[in-house]
This record gives sequence, structure tokens and C-alpha cells, in this order.
Amino acid sequence: MSEEKAGIKGATILLNALQQEGVDVIFGYPGGVLLPLYDALLDSPIRHVLGRHEQGIVFAADGYSRVTGKVGVCLGTSGPGATNLVTGIANAFLDSIPLVVLTGQVSTGSIGSDSFQEVDIIGITMPITKHSYLVKDPRELPRIVKEAFYIARTGRPGPVLIDLPKDVLAQENVVPFSNEMKLKGYKVFGQANNGKIEEVAKVLSESRKPVLYAGGGVVTAGAEDVLRLFADKTAVPVVTTLMGIGSLPLEHPNSLGMVGMHGTVTANYAVDDCDLLIAVGVRFDDRVTSGMGHRFATKAKVVHIDIDPVEISKVVKTEIQIVGDARQVLAEILEALPGFANPDVTDWWNQLRDWREKNTIQYDKDRLTPPMVMECLGEIAGGDTIVTTDVGQHQMWAAQYYPTVNPRNYATSSGLGVMGYGLPAAIGAQIARPKDKVVLITGDGSFQMSIQELGTIAQNKLPVKIILLNNGVLGMVRQMQKMFYNERYSQIELQGNPDFVKVAEAYGIRGISVNSADQVRGALEEAFKHPGPVLVDITISEHENVLPMVPPGKDITEMIVR
Amino acid sequence: MLHTLAVLVENNPGVLIRVAGLFTRRGYNIDSLTVCQTEDTELSRMTIVVNGDDQIIEQVRNQLSKLVVVHSVSDLTGESAVDRELALIRIQVSAETRSAVLQTVDIFRGRVVDMGRTNITVELTGDIPKIDAFVHAIQPYGLLELVRTGKVAILRSEA
Ligand SMILES: Cc1ncc(C[n+]2csc(CCOP(=O)(O)OP(=O)(O)O)c2C)c(N)n1
Ligand SMILES: [Mg+2]
Repeated sequence: MSEEKAGIKGATILLNALQQEGVDVIFGYPGGVLLPLYDALLDSPIRHVLGRHEQGIVFAADGYSRVTGKVGVCLGTSGPGATNLVTGIANAFLDSIPLVVLTGQVSTGSIGSDSFQEVDIIGITMPITKHSYLVKDPRELPRIVKEAFYIARTGRPGPVLIDLPKDVLAQENVVPFSNEMKLKGYKVFGQANNGKIEEVAKVLSESRKPVLYAGGGVVTAGAEDVLRLFADKTAVPVVTTLMGIGSLPLEHPNSLGMVGMHGTVTANYAVDDCDLLIAVGVRFDDRVTSGMGHRFATKAKVVHIDIDPVEISKVVKTEIQIVGDARQVLAEILEALPGFANPDVTDWWNQLRDWREKNTIQYDKDRLTPPMVMECLGEIAGGDTIVTTDVGQHQMWAAQYYPTVNPRNYATSSGLGVMGYGLPAAIGAQIARPKDKVVLITGDGSFQMSIQELGTIAQNKLPVKIILLNNGVLGMVRQMQKMFYNERYSQIELQGNPDFVKVAEAYGIRGISVNSADQVRGALEEAFKHPGPVLVDITISEHENVLPMVPPGKDITEMIVR
Repeated sequence: MLHTLAVLVENNPGVLIRVAGLFTRRGYNIDSLTVCQTEDTELSRMTIVVNGDDQIIEQVRNQLSKLVVVHSVSDLTGESAVDRELALIRIQVSAETRSAVLQTVDIFRGRVVDMGRTNITVELTGDIPKIDAFVHAIQPYGLLELVRTGKVAILRSEA
């Protein structure tokens, strides 16, 4: 007998390598070129969750990642499977979410010949992936998989794609190469620059009107506790971006809420008037700056802390730049603080409180309005609930009024703003954290972009609570047409809407409909009491608008408030 | 201002498209781009001449460095670097102009690499202004064809 080690199948090497990376679940959808892999999957302990559309599985992997901090994994077949993943890859790329996206590919010998279900998915996704691999030799799978996970989760995270030709998966008796990474060209920035830490501490102590502007980088770095300490110690007010929701709870006394297009009046005034802006893990997105970096925080010294050097001075000119991990840098600044006096922010807080008192939006708690629903929902769901949203007015109402959000408990499509994200993201979140409550806040337009995933909910018995703010229109578009196009409404009516309660019931999911204010609390309580999934279809008026709002092309202080 | 960037990249298929794609996507203008082998078989070297102010160049460098296939980026603009370009130039000649053309070639230290009845082909190496000047000088005689390699550059050794 020969001493030679019998090799294994390419697909098995892949699954073993995934297991080594700690993968416990793959969100996938099979197809022709993936047959060898789906066969091998039967013998692997890795769980596979079958979606109903590839866009759903990549959103689910994304939701899984956002609520765990782990790398999400999805798998689609060649051609249409791969192209259906594209939107989800773009979404993860723009929000810096770590994913490993596995796509099937036609056999290596057929690549380039326009064979059945062949697309150049690496070419198509090059601008929206952090990196990508075409595997030509199954022996390289252990290294490629290890590198892909490493690249996806380190530095500024993002999606990495691995394209898997059928013959690579099907090859038998493969003896794999070592998984040693060869990433000489890949750089990760972690260590902060010491001289600059002192400088930040110094300008902070000299500042009279400081603001800290926190974004997704704070959440990614797990820096919420350090941020809170920082806020407690320095009394610096904090504004967050949409991606930064949860980095400092709204109830924290230093929190001024969200900044930008639908931010709070106080947050926007504060950023405009501050003399020091400490920007942490943000990229000065145009939804915050109104697309006018040169008119943003013009009175302030700007300190920019980000892990991606490309973001520094991309939009706004900054005085102090620190490339590094938000948690590490904030911790180092905290350590340096005792050497300097605390900033005197008494007058500043008087001003901020005054703005806040004058601009708190009042609403009638007895009317069925979005804020009322959000607050009631927050109260009933409780602080440790995971929230996912879709895109539209309801997304902004959730951001503005949903009260308590813990870190890593919020999944919303920010950079891409893609409708249809919420339901699959909720699926991913519930699968990642089966013991936690997951609530989806969606709109009637968005929901119908992923409505087929109710099948995934039913199949996996996921107790997601779906809160549908049903206004019968593409509300956000309607609002723009109302405000900026003389109420000339064009293509916003969703007259063919189904009876959503019946749709839910058709999938075996409990449906509750709500038509008046007095039904809200009871319905939500019932939803959370029920052990399985529930859809609560809440009829709201199409006339509700998201306010405040900074109109396009205006400074962030020029808000429409009512 | 024109900057010359030396970019060490992995010697793999697909690297060129990643780099070139980045330039189109971000709206940076490539003046010239050359790719060649290096002393290390695993690495290729791109010399990219790009136009932009300091802020743009900083962005380009950072964006390039971010690509996993890019090992290093250095700016070889200015005094500290030697740069050269090679040009092959076909020039029209007649009995009357031949000696004047050859004299010009001589002054610029060019070499005649091919000669026909009505034209000659000249090889010229030098920095970009020199090649531009030569092209300008022979223009009146009839410039038939011009091929330039694009700039390559290397850091001067520290004295
Ligand atoms: C995939 C996709 N297509 C189009 C849009 C543009 N868009 C943004 S919000 C919106 C309306 C959303 O309607 P709905 O989900 O009912 O939410 P509402 O605003 O009514 O709360 C549209 C069409 C988008 N963001 N994503
Ligand atoms: Mg709607």
C-alpha cells in the first residue's frame, strides 16, 4: 500500500476551510455549477439557510454580520445567481460590512466562452468589493479562504468575493496546499499616532464648543463603551450618523441625536456652530453635509479619526488626522486627558439646551402617527431588541423616534439606501441571535421588494416581528414631490397592494391589522407575546412627513421643521 | 502638476484592470502608464504619470495603496528621481532635408535605427522635455509616426 495521503474533494476543502474560519451558517441558493458543493454540504456541520432570492441571502448575511460583528457568508450559483447578489454586495461595500460572498462559476475550461450561465462576476463587482478571487486550483482554497476572511474583517471591513468554478469544486483526491497567507500588499492601520493624541487632548481642553460626531466606525470597532466614558468625562455633546445609531444611546445626557438631512435641529445647529469637531469613524457623507463639505462645520477645527486613510480630507478639510481603529484611538485620547484641563462647556450646554427646548417636536400621542408607533414599539420591545429597517420615511422615523438601541442591535441600509433590505436582514439577525428579539420596521413599498422571504421566515420558524407602516405610497418619494415638485405626484401610489395580513397568513404567519391609535399598543403587545413570527400591518396617513428635513443644496441649519 | 508614481504590484492577471479601473472610477487622469517586470518575479512595476494637485495625488496614492494587489506606492516626482522615456520616430526626408534631419538627430543624441528612401526612423531616449523638444524640432521636415513608451523612473541613489 502506498503511504500517500488520500486527497479530498475540492468542495470539501472549501467547507473545511470555512469551518476553520468559524463559519456556522451559510445563506445560499443552489444551482447547476454548485451541485458538487451542495452535495458536500450534506456531510458538513455547517448550517445552510435557503433564501428565496439571492438578493435576500446576501442581505441576510449582511444582517447576520451587523448584529454579531462576524463575517457573513452567502453563496449563489453562477450567472443569474451571481448577478442577483450584486445589489447586496454594493450595500455591504458602502456600509463597510464584512462578507465573504461565494459564487459558482462555469468550469475553468469554459470561462470566457459565453457558456451557459457564465458571467464575469469578478469584473462586474470589482468596484464594489474590497477584494476578489477566482479560484483556478482547488489546492489553493485553504489559503484563499483564509485571506478572504482576513481581508473582509480587518481594517475597514467590506465584502470579498470568491468565484468558484465547477471543476474546482468537483475535483477529487485533492491534497491541499498550506493555508499560509500571502498578503504582502495588504495593510491594516491600527496604531494611533502618539504626538497627535496629545494634540487632540490639547485642542479639546482649549475648546469651548466641542462636538463629537460618531459614525459606523465606532460600532465596527466596538468603541461604544469608550465613547460613553469619553462623553461622561469630558461633557462633550455627541451627534451620530445613521450608521452610528447605538454608539451612544439617545437617552444619554450628552446625546444630541442624529445629524444631517433628517437629523435633530440641535444636532445640526451644534455641528454648524461648534469650534471643535471630533469626527470618529465617519466619512462626511452627503446625507450629513448636504454634499457641501466646504460649508460644513466651518467655524470648527476638525479632528478626523478613521481607519481608512482614503477618507481623511476626502470631503472636509481637517486639522488633525489620525488613521487608526476608533476604539484604540479614543482609548488613547482618554488616557491623555488627565494631563489637560477639561474643556469649559457650561455656556455651550446652556445654548444646546436652549436649542433643544425650543425645537423638541411635539406630537399628539392620541393620534395614529409614526412617532407614536415608534415610541410605543420601543417601549414594548425593550432595550435589548434588534431593529432592522427598510428604506423610506419609515426608516427615518425609526432613526428619529425608536428610543433605545444597544450597540450592534441596529441594521439599516445607509450608504446604498436599498429598499428590500429589512426583511432578509431581520432573518440574518434572528438566525445569528436566536434568543434575542428581532423587529423589522418596514414600509409597504420596501416590503414588497423582499416579500418572498416570508417563506424563509416560515421555513425556519423565525419569530421576527414585522411592523409595517402602511401608507399605501412610496412615501419618501411622495414627500419630495410634495415639497420640491409642487405636489405633482408621479408614480407613487401602490394601489395594487395586497392585504398584507392575508399574505402573512398564507405563509402561516400571524397577521394583525391596526387602523386606529387605540389598537396600537394591544397589537404590539400581542405580537411580542406570540412565540412565532407576526406581521402587524399599521395603516398610517400618506400625509405624514419626515421632519426636520434639510432640503437638497441647503446648509444643515436651513431645516424645514414643520 | 504631473506626478510620477512607481507602483509595485503583484504579478497576476487582473491587476492592471484593478488599477486602471480605480482611475476611471474615481475620475483621475492617467497621462501615461507602463508595466514591466522587476528584479522580483512575483512583482511587476507600474509607472503611472498622473495629473493633479497635491490633494488629488494624496488621494490617488491612498486609493492605490488600499488595493490588496498593490505592495507599495512611491512618488518619483522631482529632483530625487531619474526618469526616462524611449521614443521611436519616423521622419520624412528628401535629398534636400536629409542632412539637416540627421544633424538634428545627432544634436539630440538620437540613433537612426531604420532608413528608407523617403524616411528614416530614429530612436531617442531622454526625459520628457527632451523628447518633446526633438519632436518639435523635426516637425517642419515631416513627422510621419511617433511611438513613445511612456515614462519610467527610478529613485536616485543617496550620494
Ligand atoms: C431599490 C430601491 N429603489 C428605489 C429607491 C428609491 N426610494 C427611496 S424611498 C422610496 C419609497 C419607499 O416606500 P416605502 O417602502 O413604502 O416606505 P415609505 O417611504 O412609504 O415609508 C423609494 C422608491 C430605493 N431607495 N431603493
Ligand atoms: Mg409606503
